[in-house]
Amino acid sequence: MTGRNKWISLGVLALLIALLPLFFPSGYYYRVGALIFVNALSVVGLVILIGYAGQISLGHAGFAGIGAYACALAPEHLGLHPALAVLLGAVISGVMAALIGKPILRLKGYYLAVATLGFGILVSMVLTNERALTGGPDGMNVADLGLRSLLRDMGWRLSGGEFWYMICGVVLLVGAWLALNLFDSPSGRAMRALHGSEVAAATVGVDVPRQKLRAFVISAVYASVAGSLLALQNGYITPDVAGFMHSVEMVTMAVLGGVGSVLGATFGAAILTLLPQVLTVFAEYEQLVLGLVMVLVMIFLPQGLLPSIARRLKGRDE
Amino acid sequence: MSLLNVQGLGISFGGLKAVNDVSFKVSPGEIVSVIGPNGAGKTTLFNMISGVYQPGRGSVSLNGTEVTGVAPNRLAEMGLSRTFQNLQIFQEMTVLDNVLAGYHLSERGSVWADLLALPGMKRRAAEARAGARKLLERVRLEKAAEQVAGNLSYGALKRLEIARALALSPKILLLDEPAAGCNAVETEEIDHLIAELAASGIAILLVEHDMKLVMRISNHIVVLDHGEKIAEGDPATVSRDPAVIAAYLGTEEEEPAHADG
Repeated sequence: MTGRNKWISLGVLALLIALLPLFFPSGYYYRVGALIFVNALSVVGLVILIGYAGQISLGHAGFAGIGAYACALAPEHLGLHPALAVLLGAVISGVMAALIGKPILRLKGYYLAVATLGFGILVSMVLTNERALTGGPDGMNVADLGLRSLLRDMGWRLSGGEFWYMICGVVLLVGAWLALNLFDSPSGRAMRALHGSEVAAATVGVDVPRQKLRAFVISAVYASVAGSLLALQNGYITPDVAGFMHSVEMVTMAVLGGVGSVLGATFGAAILTLLPQVLTVFAEYEQLVLGLVMVLVMIFLPQGLLPSIARRLKGRDE
Repeated sequence: MSLLNVQGLGISFGGLKAVNDVSFKVSPGEIVSVIGPNGAGKTTLFNMISGVYQPGRGSVSLNGTEVTGVAPNRLAEMGLSRTFQNLQIFQEMTVLDNVLAGYHLSERGSVWADLLALPGMKRRAAEARAGARKLLERVRLEKAAEQVAGNLSYGALKRLEIARALALSPKILLLDEPAAGCNAVETEEIDHLIAELAASGIAILLVEHDMKLVMRISNHIVVLDHGEKIAEGDPATVSRDPAVIAAYLGTEEEEPAHADG
């Protein structure tokens, strides 16, 4: 990806975020949009881990859980401002990722998947069982960010949906910008190189374990911030945010959209966030349809939706 | 003084001595070739010297420093670079990015600079990019720079691996069958390239099956058979050595053993 491609991707994303509200039939869709951006943010993190560095994680919801509960707990117990709680969650997630990543990133393929899965389940169990602190499976309230009332005092009236649509859209843009910068940087090249061949990457001087750990920590921070934003906009959080199904959902979104591409990942997040909204009529079959979509994509578009479509269009041009 | 000094190097795989007690030296600007029949242990020897395998016995020293079993990325920092017999290309990356990966040691910086696209990172990357384009011209791949590497022909990928290995500005270069699968013209180009590199002071350690190429450019030849060094010397000496001729053509008693392999 050259520098020009980076700005095209960012431009497309910014335009979509800015123009989509023109087509919203009701205020409810701002909520859906904000949810899409939050999911897309954690999926962009997975693009760095899976797409760039070629490592799998089935436990990233654990980091989303850490981010979410940091926002729920830190303001109440430490008196921290919710915005600083987002940072605290990101730091804790980053440190946790560095600590557990060091031993488990030696594992490959299925073994790594199982080890990360174990981590995710551990976090969700702690959040479910520490009732005194987290309220257990019933969840707990999350303090208000306070920014919206500040804006109102300054004369800018926004509905809750509009406000979170904007905040999450901006954070997603920043996340996409960082990920695209990384792609075409020395670290990004080292990650992509070890994805292609670990032995060749090592012989050109890449410290393979270190680069894997970097990708793991960065993607954990993405998931953590996404979890924080989810908690703040809902004003309420349950341990489901750290659950196994959430981890699987993230990986599915990444794979569906195209795991090598930031724009594709956003696209995947959009589709899988919208699908349950559209499918409420067949609520009972939702999982079935999700599974079917996944199987079809893996068979017919293994590169993911967006890259496959892009390739087909390009082929027609030539 | 020799740049690379290999002393009594050996490794066993499940009781089989794949390489046993091999010693030789390579000096700056010298081309040393390792030859021998298939399965003689040439690539295993390369993998031990470049840190991919941990040697079971013996020692390797680079520029006077003992480096036996040191990790490949540390050896790269010390000036050792290599190519692979079974291509190890970053298939999904562009041709230019493959060579840029070879500049990792000179372009790497803090991860913050990479995430935020800070000017320092951009400057280092631009320098690396200029160097990478020159190397691509040198191996005549400049037109393919933006293509995905996986789409290139076998011969082109061989040249790409050499360009990537050169991106490290190595003191010593290990080339594992650089001319395999190349046609006569390509082989001749690689021949010239290797001679040029040696003339510029790089020590070259070469594994190659093309005997014409080996005899033409080598200063010194080490012959392996069944993991053991059976002969060494200049090309003329080695090509007359009865043990070498026997290893390549087989003697009557050895015939059935070779048919098995």
